[in-house]
Amino acid sequence: MTGGVRVLRPGLLSTVQDLGRWGWQALGVSVAGPMDPRAHRVANALVGNPADAATIEITLVGPELLFEEERTVAVCGADFVVTVGDHLAAHSAAFRVPRGGHLRFGARAHGSRAYLAVEGGIAVEPVFGSRATHLPSRVGGYGGRPLSTGDRLPLGPAFGRARVTRRPPALDLPAGHARLRFVVAHDLDHFRPEALPCLQSDRYTLRTESDRMGYRLGGPPVRTLAMGTMLSQPSPLGAIQVPHDGQPIILMADRQTTGGYPTLGTVITADIGLAGQLSPGDTVAFAACTRQEALAAMIAQERALMAMS
Amino acid sequence: MTADFSIVPIGDAALLVAFAERLDAAVNARVVWVAEALRRAAPPGVRDVVPAFHSLAVYFDPLRTDHDRLTALLDVSAQSSRDAAVVAAPTRQVPVCYGGSYGPDLEAMAASTGLSEPEIVARHVAPVYRVFMIGFSPGFAYMGTVDPTIAVPRRPTPRVRVPVGSVGIAGSQTGIYPSETPGGWMLIGRTPVRPFQPMRPDPFLFRPGDAVQFVAIDADAYRRLSPPGGER
Repeated sequence: MTGGVRVLRPGLLSTVQDLGRWGWQALGVSVAGPMDPRAHRVANALVGNPADAATIEITLVGPELLFEEERTVAVCGADFVVTVGDHLAAHSAAFRVPRGGHLRFGARAHGSRAYLAVEGGIAVEPVFGSRATHLPSRVGGYGGRPLSTGDRLPLGPAFGRARVTRRPPALDLPAGHARLRFVVAHDLDHFRPEALPCLQSDRYTLRTESDRMGYRLGGPPVRTLAMGTMLSQPSPLGAIQVPHDGQPIILMADRQTTGGYPTLGTVITADIGLAGQLSPGDTVAFAACTRQEALAAMIAQERALMAMS
Repeated sequence: MTADFSIVPIGDAALLVAFAERLDAAVNARVVWVAEALRRAAPPGVRDVVPAFHSLAVYFDPLRTDHDRLTALLDVSAQSSRDAAVVAAPTRQVPVCYGGSYGPDLEAMAASTGLSEPEIVARHVAPVYRVFMIGFSPGFAYMGTVDPTIAVPRRPTPRVRVPVGSVGIAGSQTGIYPSETPGGWMLIGRTPVRPFQPMRPDPFLFRPGDAVQFVAIDADAYRRLSPPGGER
């Protein structure tokens, strides 16, 4: 029987994530997946896993884990101090954790989420084709919930493949602030004309209620028009929705499949990972861009990620 | 012929097809039709097709998708969906125990509508509802259209926990909570039927376009029909 990883301390919020549960939203099943897909992919690439292998997403305060067998691992994203036993481990690089080794996450300066990839992947049972944890509906991952002390995570078979030695791309991490580009919504009928300039006029702060479902922002109120209730529409990742109080919400990984608030725009795919590294108290500034600019940014990011695999 | 729909990008990785914004079976039938057509065509790069009331989203990988070709395909589908008929699906009957602890908002609804509790129940079980869309949580079916005399708005403050199987009303919509979630709908009863059970061969009881009628049962029948451990 293959060994696993035991959770000695779970950290603040550690969940199993892969690239998400696509294809089931028509039946109300949310996508979930990593808040910073870039860091998830780089961590997997460093240990030789496919991009959709499950990693552990680690939030603000990291866990302590015991390895039942020797494995190659990598940590990317937020710059936690990581130790194996008494040794300091390199960030964004593959290293070995011996059988019986303790992997500990310590202090952190930038970013809020790190991804731990283990060679072979975290092998929890897939639900609707994905191992991603969707916390609100308790679907997928480790029993649909965050990791807890005493959990034992199964691992996929180790393959001992030659690991990537190329330098991984440097990922932007916000230092308390991020500039997020967005594509303006086609239909702004529900907004006053000054709504769009208002959103870009000042910084917004992530309020404490922000989580994997969405970032609730505080800042200059964006004025909507009272037009009665809207019929719910599908909600994409990064949608900037504005409830009646004018305080925008950015929909993140655990968003519901549909929503009934007017949408001012959608954060571009290339900036989602950066957004995923924010935490409550951090600020964002919004900058409108064209769809062509969004695609160019995505291609540039994709080139950097592809170069190492 | 002028288009009676729009196809617009939402962000850089999705397109939205929208018909006239109203809660209408004929509009919704077009949405379901286009979603089905797209699923059958399965163009490369498409990751998800999500039908709602009057609109549907197509999520795609922009690096693997020909945006113009996908737009053209959606345009042809949306044009030809004019012929989509509202299919008379077989009606599924859903037993509900109304009022009391199972329907904690029924009394308040009687007070606000001026109708008696049995009258409200009679108006809720009368129509055959259409499942317009599934959203909010896995298997949550938005059904309509509720009789206007009992189409009460949501609670001002949502409940933190709504029990699984709760049957509620929100304006002209009615539905069943498939899992224990927060929720703001006015709760009038509870069903032993489970719209979402991940371990069932088909975990989802409802699909867009389904026909549903509620049937009133008493507390004894509710207990008899309840799945073991089903209060979770």
